[in-house]
Amino acid sequence: MDARRESESTPMKNRTTVERKSERELVVTRTFNAPARVVFEAWTRPELFRRWWAPKSMGMFLRSCEMDVRAGGRYRLEFGHDASNPVAFFGRYVEVTPHSRLVWTNDEGGDGGSVTTVTFEESGGRTLLVVHELFPSKEALDAAGTGAADAMPEQFEQLDELLLTLGAGVRTS
Amino acid sequence: MVQYSTSGFDASFAALSDATRRGVLEQLGRADASITDLAGKFDMTLTGMKKHVGVLERAGFVTTEKVGRVRKCRLGPRRLEEEAAWIERYRQLWNARFDELDKVVEELKGKEPVDGRQTRE
Repeated sequence: MDARRESESTPMKNRTTVERKSERELVVTRTFNAPARVVFEAWTRPELFRRWWAPKSMGMFLRSCEMDVRAGGRYRLEFGHDASNPVAFFGRYVEVTPHSRLVWTNDEGGDGGSVTTVTFEESGGRTLLVVHELFPSKEALDAAGTGAADAMPEQFEQLDELLLTLGAGVRTS
Repeated sequence: MVQYSTSGFDASFAALSDATRRGVLEQLGRADASITDLAGKFDMTLTGMKKHVGVLERAGFVTTEKVGRVRKCRLGPRRLEEEAAWIERYRQLWNARFDELDKVVEELKGKEPVDGRQTRE
């Protein structure tokens, strides 16, 4: 009922879910109100990709973005406001199947890198997007601290830490 | 002075207020370690590190166990809450990304002719 009311006024915002599917896997899902070819385009054209991958609301700043989107092609993303000390993420596309599947490696962490698989499932003009991250071990997942989260500024971590402390204190008292 | 907070609250704050102790938690997040290992890593005396670990242990962030002559430290029960916070932060990041992606997708949809497939082919 709420959803209907929402869709009448503003474009409907869908829910993002995250699940730790196993010790080595994280799965993120979201539905987009568009056909798979449109969503796929936004993931594979660098000038579109860079507009959403580093949301300003999270305080992230994407310095540069190079993507050679084809099987075997490389990508490199550099984050951070400090040009002399950018945080780089890079790897290789393993599979690029138009409008349905993208697979790439995350090589910045050396051998402990994860493999990201993105699938686009179209149904009735909408697209269910599933981002699946597979780590080589439980330790690698734990240590990753979500690689991307590292690109977020320190004040977010400090805030998280504070919120965590407050939450923990309230619950245990 | 009036104490507004509960002891659990205070212990957590005190435990995390110190850079070395936050470093110890980070280190234990990667692998279990003995007090000697930790003292070496943080270039501290054994006594100094014992104190830090004691504070973290009382706050529930670390548990220790004596194995032979070595005291092993690992992350304590608070770890679960840490993981929940970690996952939530991960979700927030993706959610923020997807809110932006929504805008890009809407824009692309707007550019497509109504019967896009036919006119494109």
